Amino acid sequence: MSSTIAFIIIGVSVLFILGIKFLSSPKTARIGNLVAAAGMFIALCVLLKTDGTSVWSHGWSFNYTLIVIGTIIGLIIGAIGAYSVKMTSMPQMVALFNGLGGGAAALVASLEFIKDAKAPVIAGMEIPVAHQSTAFIAGSMLFATLIGSLSFSGSIIAYLKLEGKFEKPMTFPGQNILNGLILLVILGLCGFLTFNATNGNATTAFIVMFCLALFFGVAMVMPIGGADMPVVISLLNSFTGLAVAADGFAINNLAMVVAGTLVGSSGTLLTLLMCKAMNRPVTNVLFGAFGSSGAAQAGAAGVVGTVKPIQADEVALLLAYAQRVVVVPGYGMAVAQAQHSVRELTEELGKRGVEVQFAIHPVAGRMPGHMNVLLAEANVPYDQLIEMEQINPSMDRVDVCLVIGANDVVNPAAHEDKSSPIYGMPIIDADHCKTCIVMKRSMAAGFAGIENHLFYKDNTRMLFGDAKASLNALVAAVKAS
Amino acid sequence: MDTNVLFIFILAIFVGIEVISKVPSMLHTPLMSGTNAIHGIILFGGILVLADASTPLAQALGFVAVIFGSANVFGGFMVTDRMLQMFKKKK
Repeated sequence: MSSTIAFIIIGVSVLFILGIKFLSSPKTARIGNLVAAAGMFIALCVLLKTDGTSVWSHGWSFNYTLIVIGTIIGLIIGAIGAYSVKMTSMPQMVALFNGLGGGAAALVASLEFIKDAKAPVIAGMEIPVAHQSTAFIAGSMLFATLIGSLSFSGSIIAYLKLEGKFEKPMTFPGQNILNGLILLVILGLCGFLTFNATNGNATTAFIVMFCLALFFGVAMVMPIGGADMPVVISLLNSFTGLAVAADGFAINNLAMVVAGTLVGSSGTLLTLLMCKAMNRPVTNVLFGAFGSSGAAQAGAAGVVGTVKPIQADEVALLLAYAQRVVVVPGYGMAVAQAQHSVRELTEELGKRGVEVQFAIHPVAGRMPGHMNVLLAEANVPYDQLIEMEQINPSMDRVDVCLVIGANDVVNPAAHEDKSSPIYGMPIIDADHCKTCIVMKRSMAAGFAGIENHLFYKDNTRMLFGDAKASLNALVAAVKAS
Repeated sequence: MDTNVLFIFILAIFVGIEVISKVPSMLHTPLMSGTNAIHGIILFGGILVLADASTPLAQALGFVAVIFGSANVFGGFMVTDRMLQMFKKKK
């Protein structure tokens, strides 16, 4: 690598780091994304082959035509996906793009590995240093294949689960043991291949390993409930990052190592932050089969009081004459496409001098930050969105708390009921405010299948019906009052 | 084995953790989507293996890898930008 190119790659690495850094503040986030994209473009211009020559300096061949066509097809798929997806389906789109990246990482590693496997070996020759390096490179390729392909199949399952196909966790006795065995076989094959990359059976063993890894991705995600998909997507995102980094090792591309590693480590931290927000260790999310047998019966105990319905006109009066109103949005708001009606209502209240804020639970919706994206789409200014830790201490000074399609994230069972599966999870203290209005379609349990104690509290009123229709009724009633 | 690459790898792990440690949860989705786009750099891996592909099978698999990688990188950046352009302060 010439020193000019080395400097450019250093610059590209800095652009990636700055891009991620800027992405973590609302003011600079959009620039951050563009900075990272610029880094990507520059890295493409100085792309080097393994032998150190620029990929663009060779004569044109059919392969280059394929590269251009493939890139354009990918660009079209990406653009259609990115611009046609509804804001509510954003998590699925990220899962899908992530899966494609994982698939690409697995294919790249496979092609490199099979190419190496066919390289002629001179029997009996001992070249210790070279052998070591080969094992390291082979190990990187195998790692990228394994992680990339399980990220591919796992992301597809996560996508389907978020689309509403087999949302429920699929479990059977001994599942964790079976998955563990599959993983052991995969790791065994990887171990064999690492040191026998040129063995006659290497290609067969490799194909078996590849298929098992694809299957393992499915087996790993199937038992996990739809509510936990954000954690799974974040984890698979960091997996793909690591696979890309391993590919970078294998084909000696520093930009790929840096970019992949940054994604791998930041994605792992993000996964842990999400689990922390749900107060569950990551192992419990991945292997606990949350929401299955045990959780379904739990939570019914300790429910006291009755459900008290309320009409929209009455709610409108409460809202119009309140001083401080807090809205707690949840996935139900997204399903009902009610975010624009919410914004209209809060603007109407704002005109009357009511202080309106949104309380955002870190895992509300199907993805962390999902509510922020939806509300931003509806033009709610982000300084009205308050995070759980900031708003909870002042919840007892709130006149009306409007819970729209949120359930588990406001369930006081997390504080009160030790037998509840969500016991200990941080929640928004909606039960602390003077009057809590819960907007809900019916009395069905939430995503985790747990009875909500909030609905039975003395200060809670239920406004049944479609969230969007109810909100429009509220807007009209507030305007009239 | 080039130990410099390992050195960079280890440092990048810590940088990755450090730069996002203060991210507010409201930006988790765009951040996940943005980092998702960054690992789309795998497109380069696809380009490199396809450039060297010598058998029809290698060409076919490399072609698929390039399509996947390209969709990941372009789609990823575009979808992130679409999310972020909606984050506006009150006028």
